[in-house]
Amino acid sequence: MPDVLLRKQIVSIEEIFHEGGPVAAKPPRRGTVLAVIRNPFAGRYVADIQPFMKDLEPLGAAMAQALVTALGGDPAAIEGYGKGAIVGEAGELEHGALWHQPGGYAMRGILNDAKAIVPSTKKVGGPGTRLDVPVTHINASYVRSHFDAIEVGVTDGPRADEIVLALVMTTGARVHNRAGGLAAAAIKGEDGLR
Amino acid sequence: MNAQIRKIVTVVEEVVSEMGQPVSPPTRRAAAMAVIANPFAGTYVEDLTPLIDTGAELGALLAARALAALGVPGDAVQSYGKAALVGENGELEHAAALLHPKLGAPLREALGGGAALVPSSKKRGGLGTVLDIPLGHKDAAFVRSHFDGMEVRINDAPRRDEIVVAVALTTGGRPLPRVGGLAVADIKGQDGLR
Repeated sequence: MPDVLLRKQIVSIEEIFHEGGPVAAKPPRRGTVLAVIRNPFAGRYVADIQPFMKDLEPLGAAMAQALVTALGGDPAAIEGYGKGAIVGEAGELEHGALWHQPGGYAMRGILNDAKAIVPSTKKVGGPGTRLDVPVTHINASYVRSHFDAIEVGVTDGPRADEIVLALVMTTGARVHNRAGGLAAAAIKGEDGLR
Repeated sequence: MNAQIRKIVTVVEEVVSEMGQPVSPPTRRAAAMAVIANPFAGTYVEDLTPLIDTGAELGALLAARALAALGVPGDAVQSYGKAALVGENGELEHAAALLHPKLGAPLREALGGGAALVPSSKKRGGLGTVLDIPLGHKDAAFVRSHFDGMEVRINDAPRRDEIVVAVALTTGGRPLPRVGGLAVADIKGQDGLR
């Protein structure tokens, strides 16, 4: 089984006070954690890549924990999440898909078995490529106030034989959300959708 | 607080390996950025005192945020830098007013000292403009292992009437320094240079 070789990890937190409207009583926070790892399949076609998902599980768990810690340490404060991957040029998009299971379940595990699917995105790109990671409510995907996205990227990654793995979380809705739709207070919380 | 802050962003980067070589201890650096309203956007104002005073406030605030993000006491910081990015309706001199007269003193206070000049950069630009914050050793500017820079970027700032003000702090120099010059162990620490 290939080792997970980590080159760097980046944690970023945004605290949003306003966006031209009233200053928020409790400013929402948006956080990201990025890991730049070596792609064990770079430069060649490998048919059976699924064992690497298991290898990524400890890293996923550590990243989710680091992000919750950076957002204040209380998993109950997390309301939105998302994940993504940027595969360096010697890899293929399918390698990014290996992040779905370890990344998603790591967040669900720390967030009390959150019910909603973790929205995700992925691409192949060079160093400095930006990725817009989608964000939705952790228990009900249709909560309109929590539809969001966070742009991430690493100046010097991914190199050709690397993958950037991303997890993102938010502590609340868009700062001036007022576009209606399903409200977080009206979630039934049974099917992960509403 | 005199400054009208829209958001605060922190980033922590930890490098654990480089070119396959372990980096031990990992290098860690943080940037803290405030997106503030530019009170002088769109007009020429001779007296920039309000921005100079805001610089002092932000020196304390951003140093505290960067230290908190690194999770270390002030005296663990080895190098520092500062930078400002002015939105298109402002002028470069606004960045200078924020950075140069008063930002450094509260920053040094938070670190328990800092004999060296705080290296700085400034520019004017639109949303998502990249800002490179120069880094140098806080007690001796000639320490070659700590010559560095940290790239930061906020996708939705600065709006034209805003300014991004940034402070970067590190707990070490480059990941694998080996180009010689003055070493940390040989710092005299009297003149801020050597």
